[in-house]
Amino acid sequence: MAGEAGPGAARGGGDVAASFRRSPMAIASGVVLAMLVASAFLAPLLAPQDPYDLRQLFIDKAEMPPAWSRDGEWPFLLGTDPQGRDVLSAILYGTRISLVIGLASVAMSMAIGVSVGLAAGFFGGRIDDLLMRVGDTMLSIPTLLMAILVSALFREVLPPSLRDPFAAAILVASISLTGWVQYARTVRASTMVERRKEYVLAARIIGVRPWRIMRRHILPNALTPVLVAATLNLGLAILSEATLSFLGVGMPVTQPSLGTLIRIGNQYLFSGSWWLVAFPAAQLGLIVLAVNLLGDWLRDALNPKLR
Amino acid sequence: MPMTAFLVRRLLDAAGVMLAVAFLAFLIFRFVGDPVELMLNEQATQAQRDELRVRLGLDRGFVLQFATFVSNAVRGDFGISYRNQQEVSSLIAERFPATFELVLVATFLSLAVGIPLGVLTAIRRNSFLAQALQFASVLGVSLPSFALGILFILLFSVTLQWLPAFGRGQVVELGWWSTGLLTPGGRWALVLPALTLSLFQVTLVMRLVRAEMLETMRTDFIRFARARGLPDGAIHFRHALRNCLMPVITVTGLQIGNLIAFALVTETVFQWPGMGLLFVQAVTFVDIPVMAAYLMLVSLVFVALNTIVDLVYALVDPRLRDDAAGGGGAHGG
Repeated sequence: MAGEAGPGAARGGGDVAASFRRSPMAIASGVVLAMLVASAFLAPLLAPQDPYDLRQLFIDKAEMPPAWSRDGEWPFLLGTDPQGRDVLSAILYGTRISLVIGLASVAMSMAIGVSVGLAAGFFGGRIDDLLMRVGDTMLSIPTLLMAILVSALFREVLPPSLRDPFAAAILVASISLTGWVQYARTVRASTMVERRKEYVLAARIIGVRPWRIMRRHILPNALTPVLVAATLNLGLAILSEATLSFLGVGMPVTQPSLGTLIRIGNQYLFSGSWWLVAFPAAQLGLIVLAVNLLGDWLRDALNPKLR
Repeated sequence: MPMTAFLVRRLLDAAGVMLAVAFLAFLIFRFVGDPVELMLNEQATQAQRDELRVRLGLDRGFVLQFATFVSNAVRGDFGISYRNQQEVSSLIAERFPATFELVLVATFLSLAVGIPLGVLTAIRRNSFLAQALQFASVLGVSLPSFALGILFILLFSVTLQWLPAFGRGQVVELGWWSTGLLTPGGRWALVLPALTLSLFQVTLVMRLVRAEMLETMRTDFIRFARARGLPDGAIHFRHALRNCLMPVITVTGLQIGNLIAFALVTETVFQWPGMGLLFVQAVTFVDIPVMAAYLMLVSLVFVALNTIVDLVYALVDPRLRDDAAGGGGAHGG
């Protein structure tokens, strides 16, 4: 793979690793993120309770404050909600949902954006005009508004029985629908530069087909900015999902993401049950903070100007 | 390219984008649910249905329907809300002042707080305070505004009971405009929502001012100012900062569209009776005419701001007229 790619493509993985070891901020965010991800995906093993299993809910332990306060009780470390659901367990399961949707949205925007960008940059002309015009129009509507509309309309079009099972897929689709434009622009710009280089010309002369040239030769050279953008966008995607769920056009209460948990907790704000909102919000902030710090570090580490 | 040609081209571009948005709004209105079924109740007779269908023009051809939709929209007629049977345009006009005041105050806050912090982090780059502020700015963009708003309510309204948690407080009617800025209650009610909405903006302005200041401080004219023996304060604020303000004003202007869109989250958290809350309620009830109108209004603001900025830049810098003409240059995002 690396041999086929053009000059300057593969930036030594060793450099990046060394830069990681030198940055305490990167290490700290990496460790925190790894722990959050691990705890979320091991939720069924770690969580004291399965929050989806109604038989495990303790209705007599409803709306209890965190364990360290006067009325708190073990094992409900972060308290319980009005249905007697353990908040810590709900957060662990909710984090898993938030992470999966965030990752899937970034993967999907990246896949669409990279394909569009390669095609636009490589073929140019009419195809380029059309694709970029579509992208411009997408960006002339604020992304959040677009995502809310798409999500709301998908739900409306689906029959009610299918809304909840497809909630996650709808969220991924509505976030990626505007998310791909940025990748497409980046990849298009690099492709237009690479296209004119001699190694691409050589590949064309020996009769390599366009899609193969794009995939095997141009793409590796255009990938670095895409990866940086993807890391920074993961934070944004997780926030978008949380915002949509908070507004009621995201994950349903039966499969709560962190945003849904905050939405539910918000209803009990004035009854003094602060733990229902504060802990999911803190978890959400922590994840996005760790992802953003890692993204900032990666951007600097891969930027040759800063070396 | 002469300025008039550029102007015409840019305006046509903007009109094209708005037409595309209008088409999207039209598709939503026409094909998500049957407007006739949504407007009438179940007991309506077939005759009533047919009559409404003709009255809405739904029996005509697709292109003609779209043309009617666009010409109505241009005249500010977005039809009747499904939910409360009022004209959409008057519903929006009623809610507009609340959103406008919120966005205005948030924009003012973001400049008033963001610019000094940006200058501070640039000129005392290695101080502890500057580093802490840099970190806080990452924190600021990581916590979503709705969560922040809720935490503000929890702290300032529920626990400390200093500030109201929802609504606009007492408003004064000035003709068709209602303002909360003239009464103490209205001003207190504005504090938490405006703060929540502006926080992301503050970090944006701060980072931008910092980057621009660092750039400017390296230029020759600043060194010359130092050589002339001018005091630091004069160098930083009279010379360096003034050179940074152009991009700051541009970005702030372009961000107003995003602020209006983001205001819908803030308005939901604080039950602020603006257009955003109207839209979120419309989404819950699938009130399509309101959704379509809001979509077109916000896009119009967005596209108009982008176009104005492009035109002003082209006016100032003739080189941009050739470059920008080809790509259509959207600055949003």
